[in-house]
Amino acid sequence: MIPLSWYLILAAALFSVGLFGVLARKNAIAILLGVELMLNAVNINLVAFWRYGSLASIAGQVFAIIVFAVAAAEVAVGLGLVISVYRRRNTVVADELDLMKW
Amino acid sequence: MLFEYIAIATLIVLAVIVALIAIGLGELFGPKKKMEEKSMPYESGMTPYGPGTRRMPVRFYLIAVLFILFDIEVVFFLPWAIVFRQLGLFGLIEMAVFIAILLVGYIYAWKKGALEWE
Amino acid sequence: MTAIQIIFILSALVILGAAVMVVSTRNLVHAALYLVATLFGVAVLYAILDATFLTVVQVVVYIGAIAILFIFAIMLTRREMRDQGEQLNKGWGAAALIGLLTFGGLFMLLNNWRGVNATAAALPSGFDGVVELGTALVSTDAFVLPFEVASVLLLAALIGAVYVAGTKK
Repeated sequence: MIPLSWYLILAAALFSVGLFGVLARKNAIAILLGVELMLNAVNINLVAFWRYGSLASIAGQVFAIIVFAVAAAEVAVGLGLVISVYRRRNTVVADELDLMKW
Repeated sequence: MLFEYIAIATLIVLAVIVALIAIGLGELFGPKKKMEEKSMPYESGMTPYGPGTRRMPVRFYLIAVLFILFDIEVVFFLPWAIVFRQLGLFGLIEMAVFIAILLVGYIYAWKKGALEWE
Repeated sequence: MTAIQIIFILSALVILGAAVMVVSTRNLVHAALYLVATLFGVAVLYAILDATFLTVVQVVVYIGAIAILFIFAIMLTRREMRDQGEQLNKGWGAAALIGLLTFGGLFMLLNNWRGVNATAAALPSGFDGVVELGTALVSTDAFVLPFEVASVLLLAALIGAVYVAGTKK
């Protein structure tokens, strides 16, 4: 049997890798890829807590499905923004989009 | 408890093995003569020109977005559909509200021309 | 070492290895394909955790739709086959430090928590996760409000994406 701690440590590591990707990548699409990794880490935690907690309440799985919906919405709008910015400014590098930066 | 998945695992393993065999046999027995013409991208016999990575029209993206959002909708549909009989009228009304809200977005996308393809 | 533990460790290695490649590879298309590998590993974890419906959803929706949308977006926005130049920004050292600190902090937190060694109860016989999910999603004392709000979220995303990415006539 797998102890709960394995899942939690794996999710923590995946979350940290995703966080690094979000902070360090230049390309806006790569940043969104990092966000996906973080969302998946959260989902692993949710499902693991459901399985190791009380099975009577299915809250963990419902949350995971809501996270799926949030991820899809985030990707749809986020990538739409990236494409729109690319068509106007001809770049997807987050550092070059500094119009609002003083 | 994982025994239900053995069929899928077998399928995945077999698929990988078959693919490896197919590639491996070609690598092992196929004649290898490198020529300039051979390493060119295949474009139905024409000499290829320009970079092979022209930007795709954004229509593809719009269609993909519509697909994704209605795909997620199906994720909510399926568990509901399985217990539909126990839920009765109330469950039907809830799903009707759910669909009605999404229908607004569908009509918007339609009016906006996201579904048209010229 | 039971068989399940070996499966877990293998999928954990796939998940973490592919995740590291997602954030470090220079070619964005490869990054998206490594993301698919990560998502597949997570699907295996869901299967181990008896969340059968989520396993299917992960493969069909996450890999089949979201990862594909990423590949679409990459193809729509890149100029050359291979992205030139440095892919990490100047602050990547600080970012790595923050990532390590986050992991260290979470690890410490888990170490001090007693519930971390909980073991899973066996599934009751006749337990059907999908039925439970369907009942919970639409029953008034459970999650009917998040369920309806999710449709508002999808509506907002639909309108937002069509408006932002749509072409002006």
